[in-house]
Amino acid sequence: MTAAAFPHSLVDQAPKALRHWRFSRLRSLLAATALATLGLGAAPSTVQAETLLNVSYDPTRELYRELNEAFAAYWTAQGNPAPEIEVSHGGSGSQARAVIDGLAAQVVTLALASDIDKIAEAGRLPADWQSKLPNNSSPYTSTIVFLVREGNPRGIKDWGDLVAEGVQVITPNPKTSGGARWNYLAAWAWAEKNGRDPKEFVGSLYRNVPVLDNGARGSTTTFAQRGIGDVLLAWENEAYLALKEIGEDQFDIVVPSVSVLAEPPVALVEGNIKTDDQRKLAEAYLNYLYSPEGQALAFKHFYRAWDTSKAAPEDVARFPQLELVDIASFGGWAKVQPEHFGDGGIFDQIYVPK
Amino acid sequence: MGRPLIHRSPMPGLGLSMGITLTMLSLVVLLPIGALLLKGANYGLAGIWDTVNRERVWAALELSFRLSLFAALFNLVFGVLLAWVLVRYRFPGRRLLDAAVDLPFALPTAVAGISLTALYAPNGAFGALAAEIGWKIAYTQWGIFIALVFVGLPFVTRTVQPVIEEIEREVEEASATLGASRLYTLRHVILPMLTPAALTGFALALARAVGEYGSVIFIAGNIPLVTEIAPLLIIIQLEEFDYDAAAAIGIAMLLISFAMLLVINLIQVWSRRRIGYV
Repeated sequence: MTAAAFPHSLVDQAPKALRHWRFSRLRSLLAATALATLGLGAAPSTVQAETLLNVSYDPTRELYRELNEAFAAYWTAQGNPAPEIEVSHGGSGSQARAVIDGLAAQVVTLALASDIDKIAEAGRLPADWQSKLPNNSSPYTSTIVFLVREGNPRGIKDWGDLVAEGVQVITPNPKTSGGARWNYLAAWAWAEKNGRDPKEFVGSLYRNVPVLDNGARGSTTTFAQRGIGDVLLAWENEAYLALKEIGEDQFDIVVPSVSVLAEPPVALVEGNIKTDDQRKLAEAYLNYLYSPEGQALAFKHFYRAWDTSKAAPEDVARFPQLELVDIASFGGWAKVQPEHFGDGGIFDQIYVPK
Repeated sequence: MGRPLIHRSPMPGLGLSMGITLTMLSLVVLLPIGALLLKGANYGLAGIWDTVNRERVWAALELSFRLSLFAALFNLVFGVLLAWVLVRYRFPGRRLLDAAVDLPFALPTAVAGISLTALYAPNGAFGALAAEIGWKIAYTQWGIFIALVFVGLPFVTRTVQPVIEEIEREVEEASATLGASRLYTLRHVILPMLTPAALTGFALALARAVGEYGSVIFIAGNIPLVTEIAPLLIIIQLEEFDYDAAAAIGIAMLLISFAMLLVINLIQVWSRRRIGYV
């Protein structure tokens, strides 16, 4: 009566443990067992399909579903056996933890460089991983925009309007959501550029937040399905997706004057590569993200990618220009993470009673 | 002459069944709890105290245990009533109702949480009604309370039900013929017999509510100091890759739960001594 009415992509927020192991993993295992059993009789030289596990964050479901198909077609066209590619989605931080704790991902595509840094600290990939691929290892970028209700009844135009009395802002908890940290930093950047005390400003913004969900998808549901709040701080790609899935007649996208350049990076997890063939496959997969075809798909799924040569013009033209601040101007994640989001950091201090 | 430590039972198979029991218990219960305590031991008592002794952690612990207690008390009263109705009265749909009691066991907690949120959110069926009288349910402590009542409902009913079935009507009739009023019979004959089982159910419901995460997280709102439950704080510490602090809060919850269950057990022992059986 209730759950069935939700659009499909937005109910996808069962606890992480439930969705972690995708069924296809089991299926491929069974297939492999069956193959191995058959192989006892056949010649041992049969080429076995390489498998690849991509551990990703929450809002990339739709993107990687299409990218994996395109890549598999490309890879077999090169004369390789069809690869078995699996993707696991969840909050960026908990996905990183799963890889640290032993989830055998060959490729990680997470929301924050600091999450991949943690995997590097655990020794599964070299510390200089981010210099291995172009553009800070970020094949696509995004930014943070506002999603408001149709017609923008509250007249929200920029960050400054969010701290007005009575405005309710929906954003996930930066402690548990990678995307929410970008939201927080975007607000911080605007305050710095407009002569406000950023700490004060961000504090009053979060005091206007009635519900702190754990992840970006949860916040989108709270805003879109439960009708809570006047404005949702959202990944740009997530905002466009909400328009597409729920209907353009219900929400408007408002682009603020300043936002962040969110760079969700990708990396090869050296420690989980077992064979040379697997390395070849994983490298080809990551490089494919940078190919004109891969970039076109990123544009199609509302990400700001780099190479427009094969992208549909309307996918590129969609993005308005705005001032984007990158993480380096905050001093990099190594500085930002503990200072703002660490235990007792600036975010925690917002909730210390006066 | 001292009592032997183990009475040799005439039934064979003690060694084998004891061995299986201890192995299973160790694997399933003792090992995880041992790992938690070991993690805490590495962190040190001072470290645990520093982690727990913060306003936000106290607020979360207080919230979790207070609402769990209220939810368990609510379930105690209405669970006994429900069990009584299911056993003593015959009405159409009784079996259906009886089966429905188990639903909270069967339903994935996330599904329960999302459904309850959809119902009690300001634009939901019940939430809209409540909003008219200015009552907010979802995203407040009321929402947490409702989710905890939901997940704990079957415990009291299912533990009390067989006891009510065992009570013979003759006992009540005897009480009546001896001149006791209905209220007196209920208070001094029926309730004492139900108390131990009801307390067991209460303890189970309480323990379940304290640890509940899946359903609460959707309906709580999760605002620090207001609607942030202790299990969420553990998750937050894990997100920061701070396993020690997560273990510290886990140990604090374990200790409080243990103390509460101990008190409930003592009450049970006391009530048994007073009443003498069941």
